[in-house]
Amino acid sequence: MIEKADQIFVLLLHWLVGFLPEAWQHVASVVVCVAVIVAVYPALFAVAVLMERKGLGRMQNRYGPNRVGPFGVLQPVADGIKSLTKEDIVPRNADAAVHFIAPLVLVVAVFMGLAVLPMGRNMVLVEMDASLLFFFAMGASTELSVFMAGWSSRNKYSLLGAMRAVAQMISYEVPLLLSTVGVVMITGSLSLVDIVDAQTRYSWGLAHWNVFKPWGLAGFVMFVIASMAETNRSPFDLPEGESEIIAGYFTEYSGFKFALFFLGEYVGMFSIAGLGTTLFLGGWSSPLAALSWIPSWIWFFAKVELWICFFIWVRGTLPRLRQDQLMNFAWKFLLPMTLVNLLVAAEWRFVEGVWLRWIVGMAIVAGAYVLMGRVGMRRERLGPRSYRYAE
Amino acid sequence: MTCFSTPLAGYLLVAALLFAIGLAGALTRRNAILVLIGIELMLNAANLNLIAFWRFGPHPEMLTGLMFALFSIAVAAAEAAVGLGLVIQIHRHLKTTDLDQISRMKG
Amino acid sequence: MSIAFVVLALLTLAGAMAAVTLRNLVHCALALAVAFAGLALLFLQLDAQFVGFTQILVYVGAVAILVVFAILLTRGADDGKAGTVFSRTWLAGLGIAAAVFALLGWAVLRSVRGLAQAAGTPAVTVENIGQALMSRYVLPLEIVALLLTAALVGAVIVAMYEKEGAR
Repeated sequence: MIEKADQIFVLLLHWLVGFLPEAWQHVASVVVCVAVIVAVYPALFAVAVLMERKGLGRMQNRYGPNRVGPFGVLQPVADGIKSLTKEDIVPRNADAAVHFIAPLVLVVAVFMGLAVLPMGRNMVLVEMDASLLFFFAMGASTELSVFMAGWSSRNKYSLLGAMRAVAQMISYEVPLLLSTVGVVMITGSLSLVDIVDAQTRYSWGLAHWNVFKPWGLAGFVMFVIASMAETNRSPFDLPEGESEIIAGYFTEYSGFKFALFFLGEYVGMFSIAGLGTTLFLGGWSSPLAALSWIPSWIWFFAKVELWICFFIWVRGTLPRLRQDQLMNFAWKFLLPMTLVNLLVAAEWRFVEGVWLRWIVGMAIVAGAYVLMGRVGMRRERLGPRSYRYAE
Repeated sequence: MTCFSTPLAGYLLVAALLFAIGLAGALTRRNAILVLIGIELMLNAANLNLIAFWRFGPHPEMLTGLMFALFSIAVAAAEAAVGLGLVIQIHRHLKTTDLDQISRMKG
Repeated sequence: MSIAFVVLALLTLAGAMAAVTLRNLVHCALALAVAFAGLALLFLQLDAQFVGFTQILVYVGAVAILVVFAILLTRGADDGKAGTVFSRTWLAGLGIAAAVFALLGWAVLRSVRGLAQAAGTPAVTVENIGQALMSRYVLPLEIVALLLTAALVGAVIVAMYEKEGAR
């Protein structure tokens, strides 16, 4: 029974494609899986938007949307109808072709990244050897779409937003990638399925998640920070800082294309939360052996939702960074810390003795943090501003 | 279609054409950035050759061509970073990226 | 000769052609990204998964963005000006390129008899590549690491230098 509940979607898929002749089954199962992913994540997107608006409202001591349907739960439907029926405005000077392609590139790249995430036991669309690399390759492609959107709009705010976004995404992609390398080093595989399998072991009833190890904890914290920057979430939302540059790179988008950007941003958030869950929080495995009876897919989506809630909480709490703070933080703190973290991962692999490697690992992480975070960031004198590219 | 009797020949011809396009771009365009784009295309054509020879060669398990392509990608990335840095510096210095105008050796 | 190969080859070549002939520099950079993506797909078709993904990550994700940044930072000097985008010596350049292609094509077609037929699909995992990088190719790996560090420092220094008084 537990087994059935855990594998319900897999069994459902087998039952469904069982009606087709042998030769078609493979193609059909891929099509069905893609259709399910393309349907489930926009639904999650609607839920997340509602959650964000309600939650932010509560944090700011107001109600949030509460008019459409009971408690405002139908607000996403109203939003969807609104954005579909709005006029699609393209600025006269815009580069129409690039302006049109940009949101499509974003959405396609973001959805491609979801293909390699294991969303439950045996629930992964494409199982390949280098799936982590594939995920990051797709993530890197979104940068170009952001640039295309900002540049083709022929609007100074769009271009500024795009430049900010691309600079930020490139800078934070390096620590994002490096913080995952520790996991790869310990697991010995780039395959996300193998990484989850390595974490579904239990001792004393507690799971061997990577976050419960010194290199995993440090990597996890840095991954969370870098992922917030990578998805342009507050406090790293300079690219679309509405008080400075209207809406950044999608200022000139309206109607359905704007909805696509919105969708791409949120699905990007889900996919990076899913990746972080897979790498550090044990993917679809349960934290306690006693709770293993809960189906694996519930665990995965619960963790992703929790991650999104954390993003919302941070957005409601922290103010926006300044551009120089953003860059300094990425290059002077996060990047050296991730490199030190690789050292800790290597130490974890090679030092004998359970307690010794814990102590040495924690000591290196704490020492590096104190050295770079406390001492290194303190001596920062603010001089007169120089406008390098705006003479 | 005798020239396409083996798949390797097709890949080699595509790589040769890509190399020629890159070379033509590097030799005929005036903008320094476009010249760099041409050079990148030539490097990529070489990578395609390496991978094709690895795939259809007698010992694919030796990984030689694959490794060479990986190292070539790394070197090309370094080349692009330094080259574009130089172009930006030249533009800052001479206010142009037109190669026909940047012909003197003295700054 | 599969249909996939023809489509990908045409995509790559069209992207490359557009990258070197278009007038608008940003369009050139975007066409370049298309060419890079096409090449990555060709690598995937050649069972070189790892190299294909690396190609997308490095070229589409980094080099294309670098080119775009360089284009935007060097704007204002010579765009919008009427006239040709080609160099004074474009005819000689085109001739040389055509000659090179003729030579390469001749060499390939002449040796087409001796070219190897497709062997079986090589079973290369990421683990094989990692093992090879850490054992047989460890010296090149270290040299590339040194080169990348030097290039990083060099690029930063080259681009950071400003004329006196510009600050």
